[in-house]
Amino acid sequence: MLSRVANSIYWLGRYLERAENYARFIDVNFNLMQDLPVGLKEQWRPLVAATGDLHIYESKSQDYTSEEVLYFLGFDENNPNSMFSAVRNARENARIIRENLSKETWEKTNELYHFMQAGQKKKVWKKDDPREFFSLIKNQILLIYGLADSSVARVEGWYFSRLGQYLERADKTSRILDVKYHILLPNQDQVGSPLDFLHWMALLKSVTAFNTYRRVYGNIDPSSVVEFLTLNKYFPRSIYFCIREAEKCLHKISGSDAEGYKNSAEKAIGSLKSKLEYADVEEIIDYGLHEYLDDLQIKINGISDKIDSNFFTIRDNFAQHSTPQ
Amino acid sequence: MKLENYSAGDHCDEMITSDGKVKSHYQEFFKRLEKIPQKKMKHLQHSANQTQRSMGMTFNVYHDNEGLEKILHLDIIPRIVPNSEWREVESGLKQRTKALNMFLQDIYNERSILKDGIVPSELILKSKDYLEPCIGLTPPKGVWCHITGTDLIKNRDGKYYILEDNLRCPSGVSYMLESREIIKRIYPELFHEQGVMPVSNYPTKLLNMLQFLSDKKKPVVGVLTPGIYNSAYFEHSYLALQMGVELVSGVDLLVEGKKVYMQTTHGLRQIDVLYRRIDDTFLDPMTFNPDSMLGIPGIFEAYKAGNIAFANAPGTGVGDDKAVYAYVPEIIKYYLNEEPILNNVPTYLCREEEQREHVLENIHDLVVKETNAAGGYGMLIGPKSTEEEHDKFRELIKNNPKNYIAQPTLSLSTVPTLCEQGIEGRHVDLRPYILYGNEIEVIPGALTRVALKKGSLVVNSSQGGGSKDTWVLY
Repeated sequence: MLSRVANSIYWLGRYLERAENYARFIDVNFNLMQDLPVGLKEQWRPLVAATGDLHIYESKSQDYTSEEVLYFLGFDENNPNSMFSAVRNARENARIIRENLSKETWEKTNELYHFMQAGQKKKVWKKDDPREFFSLIKNQILLIYGLADSSVARVEGWYFSRLGQYLERADKTSRILDVKYHILLPNQDQVGSPLDFLHWMALLKSVTAFNTYRRVYGNIDPSSVVEFLTLNKYFPRSIYFCIREAEKCLHKISGSDAEGYKNSAEKAIGSLKSKLEYADVEEIIDYGLHEYLDDLQIKINGISDKIDSNFFTIRDNFAQHSTPQ
Repeated sequence: MKLENYSAGDHCDEMITSDGKVKSHYQEFFKRLEKIPQKKMKHLQHSANQTQRSMGMTFNVYHDNEGLEKILHLDIIPRIVPNSEWREVESGLKQRTKALNMFLQDIYNERSILKDGIVPSELILKSKDYLEPCIGLTPPKGVWCHITGTDLIKNRDGKYYILEDNLRCPSGVSYMLESREIIKRIYPELFHEQGVMPVSNYPTKLLNMLQFLSDKKKPVVGVLTPGIYNSAYFEHSYLALQMGVELVSGVDLLVEGKKVYMQTTHGLRQIDVLYRRIDDTFLDPMTFNPDSMLGIPGIFEAYKAGNIAFANAPGTGVGDDKAVYAYVPEIIKYYLNEEPILNNVPTYLCREEEQREHVLENIHDLVVKETNAAGGYGMLIGPKSTEEEHDKFRELIKNNPKNYIAQPTLSLSTVPTLCEQGIEGRHVDLRPYILYGNEIEVIPGALTRVALKKGSLVVNSSQGGGSKDTWVLY
């Protein structure tokens, strides 16, 4: 597969996953705000903080109204990570490699973009309840996944797209978990209070993990939630699960067996996987959840860089020839 | 929809005769059309537009900064061509393609047509499209123009005339193919009843032709695109997808040891045939344009060594210059010893003094064109222009006579078209596609471009033109 094409497929996977996660974040935070006791201020800042784009946001506004945050996360073209930007970039990458996509995948991705544009024109963020829009976006993306799942051959391109998707998801799960770190309780006594539980529940819901969690653990308790979303071996949005699947993709791409590594990307992801595989939640809490998640995000970025240098970087065809006189 | 008020006016209409009778090849369709209420027609048109949008059938418009991608409007009333008419077009195009290929081979090698004084040497050898690096070359399998998209029109006399031979990288074939898919959904039963010749095997034919250019058993084929900002990017990716080949851009390729390689996730992989959709002179900066940062350095050497085939071969541009056009009837007679089957539009070459004088005197009746412009730019339609514009073009011609030709204004035929006020006649041209590999084949269909503005003769997509599906009947 052409390196340039692999690059676009990988980013198509990442951007679609990013857009879907943003749709989830926003939807859930909206839900959460409705459950808050009367008189408690809405908290939109933690959501922005978790995306890692506080500095961009604060360069524009100091206020955290739901309208402004919704605009920033959902529709702001100048926020490189907004849902709008993710959808636009996904579609742009799809356009570049359209000949490698099935007709349906391309058409649904293209429709997604037009749909997003229409939402922007209609100023969805000003609506009293914009959730329907976000859930439609989410469904359209799930439709694209479904189409791909039942129609794309399991060859190299498939694995690059999955690789992007899983790495992005690992990063986003770590960020959603980190939201909790940024949410301020009115005072320290409220740790373990009904309000605190509401937050943890909302967090689980935002990754569609609530029911599964309940079945596995029963009661909501912070360290179990952390364990579930970080280390669970079976839940498809846990960080460990995502990293393990991403590693499988890399092995499929290089054709290596599951032992050891064939390139620096496999080496980096293999060691991160082992680290998570043998970690205890107590270690994570002792280390500091926020710090631990921060480390994870840095490692995931490092893996992405190594994927880039191993597979996507191409030689400049001008470099080997000097200009003739 | 009611069509009582529809009339041919003083043009040749494809559907009705001058005395208002429906031509036999349109009767089935006409009956059907009468039964569809206007509202339903509008609805069908709307859904066709929607389909185009989700397919992303877009083109990018130069000279337009607003929104990069536009949809080429597809009118849902087809242009129908009866079989007998098509046979003539087909044989005429085969003849012309054969002769033009012999001409290109000749002018880059023996130059006998120039030595025999049939075509002025200076016109060819001094043309900027006559590429010196191609002198003495014979492309793989001896074919120069593998893909041709000739523009024709039908005049008031009901005869077809060749307007332009597009021998470089003619575009639009994806619209022919996708429009057919859309229109098939609109009138599913008519296709069967009417007997419309299929076009959907074009990608297979194109691929076979491209593979034929290499001697390898399983040659690796690619479509070479300038990238997503090119106006025809949709088409490049569409054709690559339909043929199941790689879509490559210059940065994906490099040359080592006079062989061309793609840069893949698993290292270098040799490529044998390129359907290239970039201009000749941007292929290789080392051969053509040292200042260019585009193209693949060294690829022309690989071509000369026979390690890569291009479709079309570099150097074909000299054959579709508007001044060379005037000589095509002579070219056909010279190489094939046959009378041309299809008409040329009488063409005045401003480079010739006598003809120039005629043009300057009669500019109000003529269409003046730059010999090297495309897309309907750099053009004057005499009868539709002001005195001032006439004077401006007179000056332009006097200053640079070689750059201009003139032709009488032709009346383009009309086809019923769905407009705001109902169904009205709009002017059209016809661009069939011709493949030349092992043999010459004309695809039984075409891109019909339609000038959507009432009375307008400019069908170019960049200037308010739309398209129609073209039905060639069995």
